[in-house]
Amino acid sequence: MEVPILKQGDVLIATFQAALSDADLNQLRSGLVQRVVRFRSRAVIVDVTAMDVMDSFASRTLREIAHMIRLRGAETVIVGIQPEVAFAMVQLGLTLEGVATALDLEEGLAYLKQKFAIVH
Amino acid sequence: MAQVEQSVKDTLRTANQIPELSRINVASELLRELVAHLRQNRTQLREEWVTRISETRLLTAMTKDEIFAEATSVYDSYVEALETGTFEALQAYARNLSERIIPRGVETHEVVGIVLLLRDVLARSLFAKYQTDFKKLNRILDAYEPAANRIANTVAVGFVQERERVIRQQQEAIRELSTPVLQVRERLLILPIIGVIDPQRARQLTEQLLRGIRTNRAKVVVIDITGVAAMDATVANHLVQTVEASRLLGANVIVTGLSPEIAQTLVTIGIDLSKMNTVGDLQGGIEQAERLLGYKVATLVEPS
Repeated sequence: MEVPILKQGDVLIATFQAALSDADLNQLRSGLVQRVVRFRSRAVIVDVTAMDVMDSFASRTLREIAHMIRLRGAETVIVGIQPEVAFAMVQLGLTLEGVATALDLEEGLAYLKQKFAIVH
Repeated sequence: MAQVEQSVKDTLRTANQIPELSRINVASELLRELVAHLRQNRTQLREEWVTRISETRLLTAMTKDEIFAEATSVYDSYVEALETGTFEALQAYARNLSERIIPRGVETHEVVGIVLLLRDVLARSLFAKYQTDFKKLNRILDAYEPAANRIANTVAVGFVQERERVIRQQQEAIRELSTPVLQVRERLLILPIIGVIDPQRARQLTEQLLRGIRTNRAKVVVIDITGVAAMDATVANHLVQTVEASRLLGANVIVTGLSPEIAQTLVTIGIDLSKMNTVGDLQGGIEQAERLLGYKVATLVEPS
């Protein structure tokens, strides 16, 4: 299942669905990295609220997305990580270091607003 | 052929059963005799037992009258268990007794001690009664000893189980008391930790904190460990993981009140200090949290 990528002002928003295959994740990565420059976006928000399990591949892909987006000149915020998922990730050593995180979409937007003064 | 084998087996089994059955019959007859003896000499044996208890300084937490009353009940339950061969009543009594005496500080060795004393007192009385008939004494003891040992076991196990139940209950109570996640400002939580942290409690703290961050939509969390004297490497690691997991939920964690010992532990396990935001005391932590949240505290009136 493909992950929809929405454009909202200066921000691209990708919302994860429950079960994503590795291929879907790869597709999301290339989709975001392409579009972030095409739409001249300043930030990307990846919403993972629906994911109740995060395997190492998904976690690594998230980090790669964030780092690639930065190299393409924008900021990434991962939002909506569930408490159980967060602790499981940390125990596996998947801490998404260097990637901004926020509680949910609203918080993520507020964070970007503060950082870039993005107006919606 | 198979039939023949079967019938041979049957014969063998019947042959085996007969002496066993008669042995049981003899044993129960002896037990009856034993029980009758114990009933007859109830007053004297019980008194002797109580004297032995006070001589050995067991149950010092109880008064003499209490010991006598309990001794009477234990004696009767004991004889009944010997007579019926069922231990449920005795078990229930042991549990009930434990419930009453554990809060008064009666120790395991005392309970086991008094039951063993009773066993000895009764055995002595049997020696005295059958001293002329050594063979019969042997047979009586054959019947008495396994039952007496089982009784001692039952009472001891009942006592220990009750104790463990009380301990479990208290642990649960402590656990429930010990992990408050408090909101002190809009989007600011504090988590004061007091006492010893074992891995189980650490896990519970983390769970509660992460859930608290979600429900209160917290941006900053102050974990105050002033009340924790020391922690081992496992728990220290867990603390670091909690900090990281909180960050994944979008909350900043400030750890305050690290004791020198804990600082030593954290340095020894070599944690990445860039991941940990630490402030000396709780006040400093809350002030920094307020700064992060954009609060400014000002006094309304100049102090005179």
